[in-house]
Amino acid sequence: MSTIELLLPPLLAGLAVALVAGPMGAFVIWRRMAFFGDTLAHGALLGAAAGIAAGVALYPSVVAFSMALALLLVLLQRQFPLPTDTLLGIVSHTTLAAGVIAVSLLPGVQVDLFAFLFGDLLAVGWPDVAWLAGGALVILTLLTLRWRELLSITVDEDMARVEGVPVTTTRILLMLMLALLIAGAIRTVGVLLITSLLIIPAAGARRLSQTPEQMAALASVLGMVAVCGGLTLSWFADTPVGPSIVVTAAAVFVASLAVNR
Amino acid sequence: MDASEPLVAVRGACVTLGDTRALEHVDLEIHPGEIVTLLGPNGAGKTTLARAVLGSQPLDAGEVWRKPGLRMGYMPQRIHLDRTLPLTVDRFLWLGAPEKPAQRLQALERTGIAQLAPRPVQKLSGGEMQRVLLARALLRKPDLLVLDEPAQGVDVAGQSQLYQLLSGIRDELGCAILMISHDLHLVMAATDQVICMQHHVCCSGTPEAVRRNPAFHDLFPGHSELVRQLAVYTHEHDHAHDLHGDGAEHHEHH
Repeated sequence: MSTIELLLPPLLAGLAVALVAGPMGAFVIWRRMAFFGDTLAHGALLGAAAGIAAGVALYPSVVAFSMALALLLVLLQRQFPLPTDTLLGIVSHTTLAAGVIAVSLLPGVQVDLFAFLFGDLLAVGWPDVAWLAGGALVILTLLTLRWRELLSITVDEDMARVEGVPVTTTRILLMLMLALLIAGAIRTVGVLLITSLLIIPAAGARRLSQTPEQMAALASVLGMVAVCGGLTLSWFADTPVGPSIVVTAAAVFVASLAVNR
Repeated sequence: MDASEPLVAVRGACVTLGDTRALEHVDLEIHPGEIVTLLGPNGAGKTTLARAVLGSQPLDAGEVWRKPGLRMGYMPQRIHLDRTLPLTVDRFLWLGAPEKPAQRLQALERTGIAQLAPRPVQKLSGGEMQRVLLARALLRKPDLLVLDEPAQGVDVAGQSQLYQLLSGIRDELGCAILMISHDLHLVMAATDQVICMQHHVCCSGTPEAVRRNPAFHDLFPGHSELVRQLAVYTHEHDHAHDLHGDGAEHHEHH
């Protein structure tokens, strides 16, 4: 098999994730949801273990688990007597620990824990690309259709409500889209590094943008540059691919700071 | 007494936020074209009541009735806009009126800040931001404008300009205004009805009638200077339009 044939599915899968991570990462920054994203990502490991144990395909089980966790967190936030970051800290690390235990207990299956924690992009094949492209299409369509409502609740929920925006529905939609993206990214950069793929490109895009749309689009571009750079680094230097993508993204971010405006 | 149908009627509203009773059996009616000022110390439940009127605050008991088809505009006390969100003033208004660029410019002109349209929202001064929030509320062509501490972060000269602006807008649109204030200075000339509250309604009526009410003085202990200023002020007000009957009601404390 030629290098191109070998690298094409990982490249397309990584690009699909980075494309969607641009606008979603912008919302994560604007709404300060980084810790929330981490919690969903850590929970995804438990979802993956549950899927493997039940003999279900990876993506459906992780997507279902992540979305259920997102809804549970929305409900818990209202009832929990301590601050939200305390709640997220408890859930995040508990699900991560439980996920690691669950994966280690899986009978008879050799599961590479490292692949889930830090990604295993080079191992993805065409079925993964199909799943990720479908997920990306769903998220991008929803983002386009609900863009103004999503921005409006990000700016001020009370003003949005008075202007007729269904605030709670829109907020839950955003959470579910984030859960879907994180579930999809589990094989790209792994559960420990997913949030960085959301935050770093969007942060790099901030200084170079005058509108929310510019920032979202530029974050997509920077994320895709990081995916290409990380894959190249991994291919030639034989470094782990997930961490290589994140380090490249960080380098792109630092370079964005040097751009004079 | 206004015999017309109210725009909004709050009846027996009770709200508990965490461990505190924010609203205890509050009644409120707002009639077309009327300016109602909610007055009370910090933490008296004024914002909670305004949010209940808007439908943003669920009630534990009681009800809020709104006239069918009522259009409301809301100017919050402040908004927490993250620095990381690149948003110009025009795009901020776009969130409220996406397909109406001409009306957005018109609203900015009416509030005297047309030149700010291309500026990032985060770079505005307190007074400029208040006018931007007001412009977005006006885009709705509201029957009722709800203003939460509209003079927040505005200097004294700016405050009087802002109140002239509000008064002019009320006359043009014929809309009712529900305004929150914790500052006795800010009870404006055109206020028709003052409602003093401390979780429940302590007293309500015309500014003059409220001034005479002992419950009003109890509400602001140690503010005798401010109370006197209000007294002088409402005295002048009586001369200007002597239309109000002695409409003050004294509500027993629960």
